[in-house]
Amino acid sequence: MTKKVMTATAAISNAVRLAKPDVIPVYPITPMTKVAEYIADYVANGELDTEYIRVESEHSAMSAAIGASSTGVRTYTATSSQGLMYMHEVLFAAAGMRAPIVMGDANRSISSPLCIMNDQQDSITQRDAGWMQFYAKDGQEALDLTLTSFKVAENENVLLPAMVCIDGFIITHTNEIVDVPEQEDVDRFLPPYVPKYSYLDPEKPVTVGSMTDSKYYMDARYGVEVAMNKSVKVIEDAFKEFKDIFGREHDLIETYKCEDADIIFIGLGSVCSTVKVLVDEMREKGEKVGMLRVVSYRPFPSEKINEAVKNASKLAVIEKDISFGMGGALYQDLKTTVEGKEIIDFVIGLGGRDITPSTIYEVLERTKNPSKIINWIGIEEDD
Amino acid sequence: MDFPKEEFLAPGHRGCAGCGAALVVRLALKQSGKNTVVIAATGCLEVMTTPYPETAWEVPFIHVAFENAGAVASGVERALKAQGKEDVNVIAFGGDGGSVDIGLQSISGAMERGHNLTYICYDNEAYMNTGIQRSGATPWGASTTTSPSGSVSYGEDKPKKNMPMIMAAHGIPYIATASISYPEDFMQKVKKATETKGPAYIHINQPCTTGWGFEPAKTIEIGRLGVETGFWPLYEIENGEFRVTYRPTERKPVVEYLKSQKRFKHLGEDEVEKIQEYVDNQCEELGI
Repeated sequence: MTKKVMTATAAISNAVRLAKPDVIPVYPITPMTKVAEYIADYVANGELDTEYIRVESEHSAMSAAIGASSTGVRTYTATSSQGLMYMHEVLFAAAGMRAPIVMGDANRSISSPLCIMNDQQDSITQRDAGWMQFYAKDGQEALDLTLTSFKVAENENVLLPAMVCIDGFIITHTNEIVDVPEQEDVDRFLPPYVPKYSYLDPEKPVTVGSMTDSKYYMDARYGVEVAMNKSVKVIEDAFKEFKDIFGREHDLIETYKCEDADIIFIGLGSVCSTVKVLVDEMREKGEKVGMLRVVSYRPFPSEKINEAVKNASKLAVIEKDISFGMGGALYQDLKTTVEGKEIIDFVIGLGGRDITPSTIYEVLERTKNPSKIINWIGIEEDD
Repeated sequence: MDFPKEEFLAPGHRGCAGCGAALVVRLALKQSGKNTVVIAATGCLEVMTTPYPETAWEVPFIHVAFENAGAVASGVERALKAQGKEDVNVIAFGGDGGSVDIGLQSISGAMERGHNLTYICYDNEAYMNTGIQRSGATPWGASTTTSPSGSVSYGEDKPKKNMPMIMAAHGIPYIATASISYPEDFMQKVKKATETKGPAYIHINQPCTTGWGFEPAKTIEIGRLGVETGFWPLYEIENGEFRVTYRPTERKPVVEYLKSQKRFKHLGEDEVEKIQEYVDNQCEELGI
């Protein structure tokens, strides 16, 4: 293992290099462009033997990825924001066609107004596409989750595409120390992809991407549901194996001082690192608070979350997305799965608006003395 | 010319009686053979051949969406390359809507990147699968459900988009037009296209009994009239060299083609004359 200082985009690119995808169709978009560039460098310098396709759009990136994956090879792409939105239609196709594509997404806000800074509206909006979604807090985790994603996506009991999300600029452009695994260890963890089921081969002709009527459509969709549910165990097993080989521990959620907490902050991605520091500070001031970070957003780890929050009375959901008039998606998911807790939603940091300690203190105050369920923090709200 | 007996599009698919699209595929696959992977855009062809759990395809087939056959084919071609199966013919089929309109960007990208594939546009000059709406390939004067003729309308008021020449502007090694009524000519072109190293594009005229309004038994006859009148020229552009592949000994008046189809039935003498003029200019320009 080599420790190096690098940005998260470099860390992700290293994971891709080590995973050795056969086909990588990619289209550049800020703040994920560096991944396309690093991979191009690997190819140019003979460090990665892959078919790198410089497609003319994100829609074509995902379409080419589906074509390649359906031909039976390991496939990767990366995007962000408008690019992910442009892929929207074919994201559903990838999942329905059970193509185990892995994709990196740098979380960035959605136009309009056009803004390149961070929030998580882009990937959250794709939550119903049938993709697994993991949210990393830093470059190391993004690297680890990218490697794990290939293993889980390609598992014959799953065969669903997976998205690894990291906060644009906040993480993509931050330098940190990253452990880059050795190739032989990665090869042990992630052997070459051998598709078990049908793929495009003139020796064994099959038809993929059929049309169907009401007689079969729902069954195919249910198949995605079953695979999503089965993926929980596959992810847990993969994390165990990951720890055995690489020594680093991962889980579908991360918890911090939740056992005796009365109020638990719940969120996705890098904001939780800020919260974690503040949990200690708040506790010094006598506040019984904890932090829960949802690493795997799809599949949604309902059981683990319920277990982790069982002693708390209030959940403060902090999230960088909004379903207008209805709060954020994570809030809605928690309302669906967690019983007997007061759950209050806080929309923060849209379009990269700074999330400072005072933002989280405001969340704490409003959770202790709630005046409403859905709160926009950092702006003056109309009453 | 040798017409292989083997069929790679099974009978019993759900195409209309007299469907020209099925002929396009049958002839193309007879030429390219078993060692082929097919990619299709959403449209009549995909819908009539793949109603799950049935399939008419005897070769591997993939469909993803309407506008992305060029990109899906790009991914398939590169994956086959990664597997060391570079000898497999990669053929994408798209209708005029999926190629000339909504799929143009994806095809343009595939052509510009130089993938080793053949794209065949089966052009029936409107969105037939959704019920005969005009496309960018609908010819001037044709009545469709979104460019209907009426008391103050002669139907489609824009000329047909010249897709083969758009492809030619990409500088790809092989481009051809074809007609299902000239199977030898078409199959020769498929042969050249699949043997070409790099991208090839074939734009084939496909009379549509339902959308054009003629008896199912007349499909071939109408296709032939299209070529004999000069309405549908047959040519190829091989490594930049343009060549007419069929020259009618005497061009028939275009009215014979127009009057054979319901979509042109409403046209008066003035409109017919205008179309004749257009065809004359086109033939002069191409040297037919």
